[in-house]
Amino acid sequence: MGLHKTEYKGLLGWIDARMPTLMLEYKKHMAEYYAPKNFNFWYFFGSFALVVLVIQIVTGIFLAMHYKPDARFAFESVEYIMRDVPGGWFIRYMHSTGASFFFIVVYMHMFRGLLYGSYRKPRELVWIFGCLIFLCLMGEAFFGYLLPWGQMSFWGAQVIVNLFGAIPLIGPDLAIWIRGDYVVSDATLNRFFSFHVIAIPLVLLGLVVAHILALHDVGSNNPDGVEIKDKLDPQTGRPLDGIPFHPYYSVHDTFGLSVFLLAFFAIMFLAPELGGYFLEWNNFIPADPLTTPPHIAPVWYFTPYYSVLRATTEDFMWVLAAGVAAYAILLYLTVQRPAAKYSILIAALVVVALMIGGPLKLDPKFWGVVLMGLSVLIFFALPWIDQAPVKSIRYRPFWHLLLLVVFVLVFFILGFLGTQQPTPGFTYLAQACTLLYFAFFLLMPWWSRAGEFRPVPDRVVFSAH
Amino acid sequence: MKKLLVCLMLAAGALWGAAAAAAEGIHMDPFPDERLKDLASLQRGARLFANYCLTCHSASLMRWNRLEDIGLQDKQIKDFLIFGTQKVGDVMAVSMRPADAKAWFGKAPPDLSVIARARTSFEYRGPDYLFTFLRGFYRDAGSPTGWNNVVSANVAMPHVLWERQGPRETTIERVVHTEKAASKIVTVLDHAGLASTSTTPLTGHPEESLEISFKPVDALRARQFDSDVADLVGYLVFMTDPSARTRVLIGVWVLLYVGLFCVVAWWLNRAYWKDVR
Repeated sequence: MGLHKTEYKGLLGWIDARMPTLMLEYKKHMAEYYAPKNFNFWYFFGSFALVVLVIQIVTGIFLAMHYKPDARFAFESVEYIMRDVPGGWFIRYMHSTGASFFFIVVYMHMFRGLLYGSYRKPRELVWIFGCLIFLCLMGEAFFGYLLPWGQMSFWGAQVIVNLFGAIPLIGPDLAIWIRGDYVVSDATLNRFFSFHVIAIPLVLLGLVVAHILALHDVGSNNPDGVEIKDKLDPQTGRPLDGIPFHPYYSVHDTFGLSVFLLAFFAIMFLAPELGGYFLEWNNFIPADPLTTPPHIAPVWYFTPYYSVLRATTEDFMWVLAAGVAAYAILLYLTVQRPAAKYSILIAALVVVALMIGGPLKLDPKFWGVVLMGLSVLIFFALPWIDQAPVKSIRYRPFWHLLLLVVFVLVFFILGFLGTQQPTPGFTYLAQACTLLYFAFFLLMPWWSRAGEFRPVPDRVVFSAH
Repeated sequence: MKKLLVCLMLAAGALWGAAAAAAEGIHMDPFPDERLKDLASLQRGARLFANYCLTCHSASLMRWNRLEDIGLQDKQIKDFLIFGTQKVGDVMAVSMRPADAKAWFGKAPPDLSVIARARTSFEYRGPDYLFTFLRGFYRDAGSPTGWNNVVSANVAMPHVLWERQGPRETTIERVVHTEKAASKIVTVLDHAGLASTSTTPLTGHPEESLEISFKPVDALRARQFDSDVADLVGYLVFMTDPSARTRVLIGVWVLLYVGLFCVVAWWLNRAYWKDVR
């Protein structure tokens, strides 16, 4: 017959006989996926991110039914959705609120990783897929932001695409190639629409699947950083501290989700602009290539990186060069292999020369772009630069937590400064924060090993509810 | 709940905006928000808008029959508000051509569909800006239109509502620093906009400042005008997001529903987790 021998009855049995994969996968990822039982508040955000992704895709589908990716009609078509499409305002506000919430949720999710060392061995791939998702998300937000075709859409895209112009030799041509025109125009709008609705979402979905598959292969980390797969029940072979994801965490996440939706809907229905942070006021003025707004600021979720970009001024190059030199010396003194020692010195010399020295010197704007890129890409390195003998912050020295708090504060300050017009005082503050931001990561191989670590228990810490 | 939320958001907003607020010199008069809940006020605002604004400014994203949201019927809209041949399903277009407008005013008057949002910034709210701007015109014989404005100096727009406001005398008090000395310059513009200026030197280092005050001839009329402008600005705020009222009404129910669901989900979660030891 060729039918699979099934243990199920009825319709499910009929399906299982023909497609056993379905129930196998359901068991693998839901009913028999054993997750640690000591998840706390921070472990809600992964499933929230999945929900927001679905919200964005579904509302996005409906928006694309009415939106016109044409520079002449784009702005009006968004207002048409808000006014003339039945329930259009609901769909549009849900999408715009969802965009900001996506970043809130993902930032919380990433912070959880930092707290409990979730990126450490054996979860490096999970983390890398996550970082790639974050990059896609940034692309998705950037491309999508042009679509309402308001002043901030237009000038934001103009500023960011022009950054590519700072790359030596190929820069200017690259910027034109990206825009498809000499300025941001209808051609740019069309291709950004294409990227926003199909190209990036496709990649994003693939990465999300990879992220979850990779996670379910190695199993979830937990607030104690204990590997639950090390302590198995001798009879069943299941982790002693694990509980099936379904129904325990599906019901747990349903509760979390309902609280999350309370916050989401409160903002969406009562203050969808959120004081100009979720929807920028200037974006209610149609794009005008002839009028540059006095103050161009990206939406809040990009402002920390934007601050890093703006902090990189001509004067600051000397400080940066000194930083690179000092870091090279530090590496030189710690690295053992002679070949590595010398290549570090040579590389540092080249970089310093390109930063400040004579004819080879590159524009500070270029270095600003490099630093902005690095401030995002540096997250990829975490599994290797974190050298602490334990994963979770719970068993690390208290001052490690303080460093993490300082890092978060620096991130917030940079974010705040990115929304403000630069003043000399603000620029100094942004420069100090930029140095702290990078120092946190670049010095991690040293500081993460220092201090007194507490012993990690064999089993997770859990008290029944 | 709503009040608490608004309070929290205002507190957050105040913290974030604090640094920027100091930069703006002009004081904005607060728009009386309660007008937004008053349908009669919004309808009066719509009438002022149709009579005074729509001759030059369009509201090309706003359909006439959207005025149903503030309690008007199609027949009323047709009989009392639409002057031309437009239908109630049409948008509030303007017959002035942009090229003509540019020749006459130097700049085509902006579309007003979303103006209350577009004029908002981290420094001030759009409604406050509009409320101050529309009440801030004064006679100035030195400007091309014969009018000037407190918020937007040498603005191209003349004072369209001048008859309703009535004549006023304007006093502009400026404290300025030259290289060595500070002085106070008082300019009085009479009802015809003719200026008379007096300068008094000041000692010490007073802060630079600008203060503009008005003396209306007919105080009662001026007060009524303030109320009219509040109606008009209320209408502009409504027009910027016509679904706002519905949105908040639905929102409260959604939040109640989700709140109830929270309780159920919490209870369900507790029931399941009883057997986790």
